[in-house]
Amino acid sequence: MSIWEYANPRKFLRTSERVMPALWVSSALLMAVGLVWGFFFTPDDFRQGSTVKIIFLHVPAALMAINAWFMMLVASLIWVIRRHHVSALAARAAAPVGIVMTLIALATGAIWGQPMWGTWWAWDPRLTSFLVLFLFYLGYIALWEAIDDPDTAADLTAILCLVGTVFAVLSRYAVNFWNQGLHQGASLSLDKKENVADAFSNPLYICMIGFGLFFIAMVFYRTGTEIRARRIKALLARERQGESA
Amino acid sequence: MMPDLGKYSDTVLAAYGASIILLALLVGMTLWRGRRVRREMDALEQRMRRDG
Repeated sequence: MSIWEYANPRKFLRTSERVMPALWVSSALLMAVGLVWGFFFTPDDFRQGSTVKIIFLHVPAALMAINAWFMMLVASLIWVIRRHHVSALAARAAAPVGIVMTLIALATGAIWGQPMWGTWWAWDPRLTSFLVLFLFYLGYIALWEAIDDPDTAADLTAILCLVGTVFAVLSRYAVNFWNQGLHQGASLSLDKKENVADAFSNPLYICMIGFGLFFIAMVFYRTGTEIRARRIKALLARERQGESA
Repeated sequence: MMPDLGKYSDTVLAAYGASIILLALLVGMTLWRGRRVRREMDALEQRMRRDG
């Protein structure tokens, strides 16, 4: 069995429909458990008070915002190199999920920043690169919508995705190599001293896995929709050809 | 049942509210479009089979 078998739309649809129920249920369950645990059963932080509970939304959303872009990059490269339509459609399907994750990360960050930093927004390296990533998502979605020919749209959006990757990397690592700005370092680290306390990290890990599975389920479902929408276009074109012949 | 969120209750509730609304909109729009496209495709395939 090879991964390239899933370049066949029928095979992709059959397999994704088989695994999707398990993905939906497990992601909903893990997100619910993680968020309920984080919201109801974690203590206040000695500095941040109850605003620390926002971490259970902000961190998983930011993580998925960046990872969604990397998934789009891989799918776009597969399209560019091997010309598999399913991979181009998967990249297209992931973009709206990625932009919502980016929006959640930006919104929860701003809501948290107001009482903690005294401002909704600062032109800090990580915040700014995240805002640029959001704009890249907007541009990516707009480009797909603007071009009629799906192959041309896939080519051009793949190039845009490649350029936007710079900002996806920046938003992930800006806090490490720019020693300035308001945003603190990573919440989760292999260094025990830098890591958040276990009381927060356990529900946080559950939320992160839940958000990850939610992303996969959404991308499978949306890719299926894109495959069907493409088939409708092809069938209509064939019908028109038949009428004119 | 509701935890005591202290003076930051508005902040925490706003963050959770905004996120849940955004996630619900994403899921709702995704399922709505998915069902519409599936219906369209089924109808088109049926019509093409009927018309030969």
